[in-house]
Amino acid sequence: MINKVVRDADEAVKDIFDNAVVMVGGFGLSGIPENCLDALLRNGVKGLTCISNNAGVDDFGIGRLLKTRQVKKMISSYVGENEEFERQLLSGELEVELIPQGTLAERCRAGGAGIPAFYTPAGVGTEVAQGKEVREFNGKLYLMEHWLRADFSLVKAWKGDTTGNLIYRGTSRNFNPMMAAAGRITIAEVEELVPIGELDPNNIHTPGIYVQRIFQGKNYEKRIEHRTVTKS
Amino acid sequence: MLDKVGIAKRIAREVKDGMYINLGIGIPTLVANYIPANLNVVLQSENGLLGIGPFPTEDKVDPDLINAGKQTITMLPGSALFSSAESFAMIRGGHIDLTILGAMEVSEQGDIANWKVPGKMVKGMGGAMDLVASANHIIVAMQHCSKDGTSKLLKECTLPITGLRCVKRIVTDMAVLDVLPSGGFKLLERAPGVSVEQIKNATAGKLIIEGDIP
Repeated sequence: MINKVVRDADEAVKDIFDNAVVMVGGFGLSGIPENCLDALLRNGVKGLTCISNNAGVDDFGIGRLLKTRQVKKMISSYVGENEEFERQLLSGELEVELIPQGTLAERCRAGGAGIPAFYTPAGVGTEVAQGKEVREFNGKLYLMEHWLRADFSLVKAWKGDTTGNLIYRGTSRNFNPMMAAAGRITIAEVEELVPIGELDPNNIHTPGIYVQRIFQGKNYEKRIEHRTVTKS
Repeated sequence: MLDKVGIAKRIAREVKDGMYINLGIGIPTLVANYIPANLNVVLQSENGLLGIGPFPTEDKVDPDLINAGKQTITMLPGSALFSSAESFAMIRGGHIDLTILGAMEVSEQGDIANWKVPGKMVKGMGGAMDLVASANHIIVAMQHCSKDGTSKLLKECTLPITGLRCVKRIVTDMAVLDVLPSGGFKLLERAPGVSVEQIKNATAGKLIIEGDIP
């Protein structure tokens, strides 16, 4: 069997090249590949097109790659938590494609599933529809949207085995499964890497066929954006 | 006039037993606090959860459990977790019974604008465009006027549109209104202490008043 296990994030991302298209899993700061993002900061790769639902916050997640100007273009649905992002967007320094969240999720899913385009009602009559085919089905209008695929997908899971099977935890699953399938090279970082046979096949979320590299991550910060509690 | 909590409480009265509901960020999130305990409803979080529970106590905070507003949450017995693709499949597929979201402007045709102020605010649409394009029933929670007194219930939206002809009901600080399929805001209820005359003055779009308004 091909060995998918790599030593660490630095080894996993070392061939990500300038101007690569990179999918980054996560919703907000939940389920983001913290180790791989740190490794990209260290290796200094530039001109990245990042496909990710959000852009992190100013000093965490993709936000840090924005500060170092390693990102040329962002494809996201919501970027409201990041002042540096908003500044670069309004000043025109950063190219940004904002697309509806469900469309983003389905474009990634379509990319991994070999579906080059599909129709969705989201965005009909809005700026999002500009330049896109509109077609009527059963009296309702739909936009044609294309698949998204990436040179590299960076995903984060809770547990993984050495063949790349992944299990996510809670709402940190989000975009990770679709992005795992849509990357030419998919790099999975996991909180716990276990030997083959230890994960219950009934509970695998991402089958290992989609994962080319996997490593045991470390020092997870798992930062919380809005800690909201009730007093007991 | 209703404050934010008042708007949330009024919207909570629209909730019916057995509904699957998506709550947007802001006032809509507050609605969850006022849904009568005898109703069995399931709240959907678009990042991949059915069955949102209350905010956690300090010792139960879990970074792997957040809602669409990135707040920490809990799950309930019967909760289900899934991917973002699955989440929006259930949204686009028409499986959500009620969508409650905020708006910057609504037109008398039911168009909604809530994602962008050109040159000023560019946060993105998140899931709003998907939700409004597919929801069976949409209730909008909003202020009737902006801080400078300009009406937000308009003939045509001036801001970039989120979705066309989708809003069914609006609950503002001043009134409850329905958007009629033929166009126009039909006044259903006044907020406590607000006169029909005040609502007329605060509504730039076509306002339809029939009979006495409670």
